[in-house]
Amino acid sequence: MVTNITNLGRSGLSDWLIQRISAVILAVYALFMVLYLLFHPGLDYATWSGLFSQTWMRVFSLLAFISIAAHAWVGLWTVSTDYLKQTGVRFAFQAVVMLAIFVFLVWGVQVLWGA
Amino acid sequence: MSTLQVSIYRYNPETDSAPYMQEFQLDTQGRDIMVLNALEMIKQQDSSMAYRRSCREGVCGSDGMNMNGKNGLACITPLSEVVKDNKLVLRPLPGLPVIRDLVVDMGVFYKQYESIQPYLQNDTNPPATERLQSPEERDKLDGLYECILCACCSTACPSFWWNPDKFVGPAGLLQAYRFLADSRDTATSERLARLEDPFSLFRCRGIMNCVAVCPKGLNPTRAIGKIREMLLSNAT
Ligand code: SF4
Ligand code: SF4
Ligand code: FES
Repeated sequence: MVTNITNLGRSGLSDWLIQRISAVILAVYALFMVLYLLFHPGLDYATWSGLFSQTWMRVFSLLAFISIAAHAWVGLWTVSTDYLKQTGVRFAFQAVVMLAIFVFLVWGVQVLWGA
Repeated sequence: MSTLQVSIYRYNPETDSAPYMQEFQLDTQGRDIMVLNALEMIKQQDSSMAYRRSCREGVCGSDGMNMNGKNGLACITPLSEVVKDNKLVLRPLPGLPVIRDLVVDMGVFYKQYESIQPYLQNDTNPPATERLQSPEERDKLDGLYECILCACCSTACPSFWWNPDKFVGPAGLLQAYRFLADSRDTATSERLARLEDPFSLFRCRGIMNCVAVCPKGLNPTRAIGKIREMLLSNAT
């Protein structure tokens, strides 16, 4: 069996599942956002921050952020193992992606629960 | 109009420093012959040209090559199917090391085939006569057993180009499913376990190049989907 310690679930099956489930969550979140914006044409700051002050919206958003993080990691890990043949280069790329995803995730939490 | 312009990939590692394309003019006398016939006529002009062939009827799988950009068997591909603007470009199957001219080293392709253990495994005691199958069980092997291992599919698959050492490829996976679908085989869970990692099967991106080129009209992508379903129902 071919193993690779840098992939997310250590199994192609779990990566594949993560990719499918996170895609569904992101689609629902995107659809919600589009509809919300359509139904609130003259959106002002109070309404917008009111939406994000509700716990369900924060949880929903966090779920979407985690989905984006997982989706991006699995996807970019795959791209890197296809095209970056040199181990050092591939590892550096993966480290940068990992760090960026981590920073964005923490920042996202801060935005949601800060303010 | 009847003179066909044929451009062929030439490379002899003993004498050439790099591969090059050689041009030939071929008088087909207006007949719609097979690409393999054309190659044989060209070999009369230049006997140093190397390619593989044997059965000349789409059975042995030895003359897989890239004809005007598409993989296929030269012996069952009529000129009318591939020739454009009176031009024919012949190259070896993409992605495999070239031994000479149109002859490629299929080692990595066979290695992947070997990795799926392409033989029936059954740990129960053999019956006095043979292991029987119902007609329905036998039907499940249709569209799987016909593969002639020509490698047209795997060498058309980008995932196989990038990771031929780790991704089994469409040909190997079609055969993996051939044994997973066989009612007489009892090694199902071991077979599935060998395909669960991120590369062996899951490198398939569903591009379906394999389906587009298979000269036997087989569908590796569907077989890969079936294996994925088996893995999923095994794990949940
Ligand atoms: S469907 Fe999968 S196996 Fe077939 S060519 Fe595409 S990536 Fe390769
Ligand atoms: S699946 Fe089709 S293209 Fe692939 S090796 Fe078998 S016969 Fe050739
Ligand atoms: S020569 Fe046998 S398949 Fe073409």
